[in-house]
Amino acid sequence: MASSEGIAGGAEVRLHELTKTFGSVAAVRDVSVTITPGSFFTLLGPSGSGKTTTLMMVAGFAHPTRGEVFVDGKPMAALPPQKRDLGMVFQSYAVFPHLTVFDNVAFPLQIRKTSRLERLHRVGEALELVRLTGYERRLPRQLSGGEQQRVALARALVFRPRVLLMDEPLGALDKKLRAHMQLELKHIQQHLHVTVIYVTHDQEEALTMSDRVAVMQGGRIEQVGSPAELYDRPASRFVADFLGESNFLEATAVSTEDDGRWRCRAAGGLEFAGVPAAPLQAGQPVTAAVRPEKLVQAEDAGALGPGANVCKGLVEEAIYVGDVTRYRVGLGADGAVMIKVPNRVGVRPPVTGATVALAWSPEDTRLFPRASA
Amino acid sequence: MRPTEERRETLRHFLMLLPAVLVLAVLFAYPLLGIVNRSVYKAGYTLDMYRQIFRVPVYLQVILATFKVSALVTMVCLALGYPLAYMLATRRPRTAQLLMIIVVLPFFTSIIVRTYAWMVLLGRNGIVNQYLMALGFTDKPLLLLYNQGGVLIGMSYVLLPYMVLTVYSVMRSIDPRLVRAAHSLGASRLQAFRRVFLPLSLPGIAGGTLLVFILSLGFFITPALMGGPGDMMIAMLIEREVEITLNWSFASALAVILLALTLVGFTGYNRIVRLERVFEGRH
Repeated sequence: MASSEGIAGGAEVRLHELTKTFGSVAAVRDVSVTITPGSFFTLLGPSGSGKTTTLMMVAGFAHPTRGEVFVDGKPMAALPPQKRDLGMVFQSYAVFPHLTVFDNVAFPLQIRKTSRLERLHRVGEALELVRLTGYERRLPRQLSGGEQQRVALARALVFRPRVLLMDEPLGALDKKLRAHMQLELKHIQQHLHVTVIYVTHDQEEALTMSDRVAVMQGGRIEQVGSPAELYDRPASRFVADFLGESNFLEATAVSTEDDGRWRCRAAGGLEFAGVPAAPLQAGQPVTAAVRPEKLVQAEDAGALGPGANVCKGLVEEAIYVGDVTRYRVGLGADGAVMIKVPNRVGVRPPVTGATVALAWSPEDTRLFPRASA
Repeated sequence: MRPTEERRETLRHFLMLLPAVLVLAVLFAYPLLGIVNRSVYKAGYTLDMYRQIFRVPVYLQVILATFKVSALVTMVCLALGYPLAYMLATRRPRTAQLLMIIVVLPFFTSIIVRTYAWMVLLGRNGIVNQYLMALGFTDKPLLLLYNQGGVLIGMSYVLLPYMVLTVYSVMRSIDPRLVRAAHSLGASRLQAFRRVFLPLSLPGIAGGTLLVFILSLGFFITPALMGGPGDMMIAMLIEREVEITLNWSFASALAVILLALTLVGFTGYNRIVRLERVFEGRH
């Protein structure tokens, strides 16, 4: 209601109990989520998690077995893709090979019978947006992969859809170009205030670009939240593992503390405190997750304050990766953890073969209940 | 190391080509030269045969009729074959496989047998006429045989698979995601077909029509069996000169003219097809 006519803003997209089964296999199960107008929303998951099927149901290329897609409150199920007015960018670019860049971008306008003058103006605008001015007369095969993807983007935006769907649009690009395009996409989205639903299996991409991310697995949404929420407070072991890196320790919940934390004891005797991701009971088996960069050497642990978890370990292996060095630290019977130490003056690197004391905050320790064995 | 390896590679390619080259040279190129030679030789070199072809109207009429029938057959094949190929290329693999078997099946039977089968079907008292009369479409049997209609039916039937297979192979190479993209941009089914699928399938149309047209030009059995006296095509003319009048030099001259006209048509067509390839964006 707030946005007046003429100002192209994003639409609200609501998925309600969206379900898609192929035979007896459920590709998508009960996916319900509301996507804020003008936000960048990402469906993140490994292949086969149902993220692309979900997007295809929003686009209209797949029909939900059950559930409904609402765009600004309007149900979409009865509408074919061409009546939904949603922009879409495919992983394969899907730029029309027989049309010039100009004709590709003008395609949706020709379909909508926009006047010639308006068409010239809008195509020029769209090409400027993706920085392809001057490429109008080229054919797709004369363009690089990145340029073709920009054409596809301009083509999907030129008719000013209020929702833009993207299916792994950067998957075929090399790493540097991908990083560059991520930022550019984000800027364009913010500039146009269009609602974006983005599908990717690349967690870094999801964290960089999104306002909110839904992590999917086995056709279900595991967790929805801002990138920081997902990274710092994963709701399940799967999310902790899939998004970024985590060290996992198998342990048993011992006792609760007054601030909601739980003390746990690992199989090898290590004791530590953590924040439960779900209600726990004493004696319940848990998996504790700690990010490698949250583990610091004890002498650098001043900032953690009292109550920090501590342990001793043997530095088994050092892996230099440029900005940081990763160390595997053996904890005896409790296995091993990875830690990350920045390569910077003033940070004393651990020595392979030496014993090192580690500390980490209970706040950075997530406890996931496990089904008792 | 490198150059010898390359030379070995070249040698290997040459050896693989050798059998085909030999067969073509002995069984095609050499006899062809013989035909060209004979067309200007009859007890001494002369251009009499060619002069006769261009002087006597009936020969030119036959050549013209040959091209006309070929063009008609090509159009019929395209009209029937394009939708069929479209089905094959866009349906579920299972259905497509079944349809494909049906398309290719006729190749397993001799063309003469198939032509006779059509004659049985289309004859005065054939099944087609019996049904047409039983259903009240006509009182007396239609003349479906021994006229141009019969020739068109028979030839189109024989040549249809060539059209279907050629168009199909190009359609299969069209990325179905392009059609999806067109839908996502607002195009209806018809618009997506007309603006995306059809232009991308043009090379198949070009290839299929060329193939069917050239095959039609040299057709012999079907027009001979299913056509009437007025439906003589150039191949039948050549056969008559070889078998009945024993004028081999004249037959050779007719053959050379058929070949020359085919080559001219092919060259002209190739220009258009190449042009299409440029638009299509493939090398």
